[in-house]
Amino acid sequence: MPNYYQPEIECASREKLREIQSEKLVKMVKNAYENVPFYKKKFDELGVKPEDIKSIDDITKLPFTEKQDLRDTYPFGLVAVPRGELARIHASSGTTGKQTVVAYTKNDLDAWATGAARAIVAVGGRKEDLVHVSYGYGLFTGGLGLHDGAEKLGAAVIPVSSGNTNRQVQILQDYGSDILCCTPSYAMYIGETVRDKGIDPKSLRVRIGIFGAEPWSEEMRHEIEKSLDIKAYDIYGLSEIAGPGVSCECEEQAGMHVQEDYFYPEIIDPVTGQQLPDGEEGELVFTCIGKEALPLVRYRTRDICSLTHEKCKCGRTTVRMHKPKGRTDDMLIIRGINVFPSQIESVLLDLGMDPNYRMVVDRKNNLDTLEVQVEMNSHLFSDTVRNLEKVEKRIAGALQSTLNIAAKVTLLEPKSLQRSEGKAKRVEDLRKL
Amino acid sequence: MQIQQLSVFIENKPGRLAEITEALAEAKIDIRAISVADTSDFGILRVIVDRPQDAVDALKAHGMTVSLTNVIAVGIPDVSGSFAKVVRLLSDKGFDLEYMYAFISRDKGKAFVIVRVDQGQKAAEALQADGWEILTQDVLSHM
Repeated sequence: MPNYYQPEIECASREKLREIQSEKLVKMVKNAYENVPFYKKKFDELGVKPEDIKSIDDITKLPFTEKQDLRDTYPFGLVAVPRGELARIHASSGTTGKQTVVAYTKNDLDAWATGAARAIVAVGGRKEDLVHVSYGYGLFTGGLGLHDGAEKLGAAVIPVSSGNTNRQVQILQDYGSDILCCTPSYAMYIGETVRDKGIDPKSLRVRIGIFGAEPWSEEMRHEIEKSLDIKAYDIYGLSEIAGPGVSCECEEQAGMHVQEDYFYPEIIDPVTGQQLPDGEEGELVFTCIGKEALPLVRYRTRDICSLTHEKCKCGRTTVRMHKPKGRTDDMLIIRGINVFPSQIESVLLDLGMDPNYRMVVDRKNNLDTLEVQVEMNSHLFSDTVRNLEKVEKRIAGALQSTLNIAAKVTLLEPKSLQRSEGKAKRVEDLRKL
Repeated sequence: MQIQQLSVFIENKPGRLAEITEALAEAKIDIRAISVADTSDFGILRVIVDRPQDAVDALKAHGMTVSLTNVIAVGIPDVSGSFAKVVRLLSDKGFDLEYMYAFISRDKGKAFVIVRVDQGQKAAEALQADGWEILTQDVLSHM
């Protein structure tokens, strides 16, 4: 028997959902227009007044918001509430040096936690469970997102955070975690460690895995399910909207149910901006219809996927999104962290170097690796290995502090990187995703 | 009193050393001594030649990163313990040795050790004052 956290929403009729969405959208648009100068200007330019928005169908009259808009208004330019009403700040990588900052009120955090709690229940979680959170805690939304969701449900959280894999395995064994939450590549790594230690996965109590924050394949799912003897589920989120729990699979593993009473999804043609019907692939756009602090209007996620409104076998009526198949921009997700090639360019320029570089992303022992190849020039060159290694370290340090992930720096001979007319091919992704 | 060494950046990939040495051959440069310092992904080729500036031009024309570094060439007689004395002297006077390598001259009947230290000029003077032969660029070019 499937379980629901809030059946009155998750299994509501389409009319009921539309009613909720329409009411929230009207309120949110008013908030955005009145309290965010950026939106007032955008609406005015389009000739749209908050009064023109009467139902969820009117959403197509509204302008889009882009990641760049968050950067341009860094850090709090799109925040609609006074500072005193904020309850938490998260951030993720921006396309260049500056981060994308996201703010939440107490109600926003509650909505996010509710979405995450629904997700945990949808994959078979119960309040009697021990939820082992191995996502990183911090500005990254992964750790705290599932933490709050599990608490909201009334389950017990083990806030392990990421890293120290031996300890992760020990906790799985000794505490008897029921649900494991982390990135899929880390789950692979934990599974491998379990095997290397000669532990029978069947002896572990863990039965559910909730994995997200990076792309993964069905093959990886089977691999993880086998190595830990669990059912593995995909969860989706992006910090601009809420972090993990924006959508999540149910036990049917047939697409991710979107918490559409908080995060209203649309699929658009990335070129024309026209809304596309169910089943058609395009760019995923979210409107944070329930949000107070950051009422993002039609935020372009750059993820490519499709939606279906068909009722799911699990009994939920909420719209499902398919696993994103790619991006409309050049963003990479490495170890769950968003990385833009332009960030590397700005680090090199800051160091006074030529922005000639190549990124090689690979997955070794189930962990993503990033190598940044940089061309040597006469300013950097020295006749001693020690000094050249210092150059490598300096670049690696600057990359680490901007990207929040470690990168291996390799110095190349000048002119050894391919020069192409137009857009240079900067990225080589060798992962089989 | 110091001589000039070519320092060339090389990626660790097949054929690079051949390309560099061929470029020097093309420019009719005579190599006196050669040494490579390497890490897992790059190396620094250090070369003593008869015409350093011409060699630099030739390598630059091939798009290579090359620089000239001042080093000391100390003549060491073929007598047990000679080199130990040189190293002891440098150490006692507080010169930091970055790297070194050697070559043998048939004409002069002795070995020459190429030493790279910080404060190279002072180190060369100290060695000379102690009676060691220090090669000049001019002598080296005509060896």
